[in-house]
Amino acid sequence: MYDIAVIGGGPAGLSAAVQVRARNRSVLVVSGDDRDNPVYRSQHIANYLGLPDQRGPELLARFQAHADAMGVRRRPGQVLSVMPMGGWFYLSIGSDVEQARALVLATGVVRANKLPGEAEHLGAGVSYCATCDGMLYRGKPVVVVGKTHEAPGEANWLKEIGCQVTYVSEKEPQGLNQAIPFVKSARPEILGEQGVTALRAGDREIPCQGVFILRPSLAPADLLPGLKLEGGYLAVDRSMATSVPGVFAAGDCTGLPLQISKAVGEGQVAGHRAAEYVDKLEKAN
Amino acid sequence: MATIHLTKDGFDKAVSQGLAMVDFWASWCGPCKMLAPVIEDLAGRYEGKALVGKVNVDDEPELAARFGVMSIPTVVFLKDGVEIDRKVGVMPADSFTAVLDANL
Repeated sequence: MYDIAVIGGGPAGLSAAVQVRARNRSVLVVSGDDRDNPVYRSQHIANYLGLPDQRGPELLARFQAHADAMGVRRRPGQVLSVMPMGGWFYLSIGSDVEQARALVLATGVVRANKLPGEAEHLGAGVSYCATCDGMLYRGKPVVVVGKTHEAPGEANWLKEIGCQVTYVSEKEPQGLNQAIPFVKSARPEILGEQGVTALRAGDREIPCQGVFILRPSLAPADLLPGLKLEGGYLAVDRSMATSVPGVFAAGDCTGLPLQISKAVGEGQVAGHRAAEYVDKLEKAN
Repeated sequence: MATIHLTKDGFDKAVSQGLAMVDFWASWCGPCKMLAPVIEDLAGRYEGKALVGKVNVDDEPELAARFGVMSIPTVVFLKDGVEIDRKVGVMPADSFTAVLDANL
């Protein structure tokens, strides 16, 4: 059981984690591939106070080194769901689970809107977790809609366990098994009345029974039902507390401006308040 | 009462009478692990009122296929052997008790 779990390893999440450690609490940061982090993709960062002219990958590496030096535990992965257990939370990460007494959501903006047909078929042909549901599609045609650097690896794994895989993404994937056909499409559409029957990618229709949509992170409201939103972003107060007790948020997921300084500042507050929240829980018991 | 692990052979007999709630799960599924204590708890709370069972989809692919389970965890509710409702994904205990209580 960690004192605090942080979902997202960008500037907001790492800042929160460093602050939690400064208050001598344990903290776990769960994050995906660095290359899917918007900071990493920024070639030139001009407006971070005191450190003008930064390159994204280097700044992110500095943030990570700082977190590591403070004793932050970082693990790769995608949090698929969160469940409040009354005084603590369960998080599922692929085939694994972690526990924490408070949470900081620092997922970034989940920019992509849901694909046409996605919400209707969620859990009935549409899945966000290849590890969880892949086995149910052995011998069947599936499509992986890849939006992360890890997605080709997941597609390869689905192929290995016996799924008939087609890979669809906006850009040419790196590391995709050459036996898997690749179809270029930015915004495919999921088709089917009772269950999924095909995926439309441009002018092509790919017959399939399952669609795995692999994004850098799930929208916070999908992770944890009941979170209040404001204009599509997470609603938070001055303590960066969300509408769910024990759940704090920071960075791009709370709204504009989508800037590193703002993320770091909010992360600092969220980490601080989350640590205080855990202090209070302990005193109450 | 502990949760009952159901297999292909005993399934129909086990759920043939009264209310049943069956959790389709697998060991390689994190969200299923999260749901496990909730299911255990409900097995205790509804002892004598409803059967609370689990089906490991890895061991019982035929049962998973028969119920068209395409994502786990999936919880299927049955009354006298006939499916009356299902919930897909991780949910708090209230979502399950609402269905159970409405059909007791």
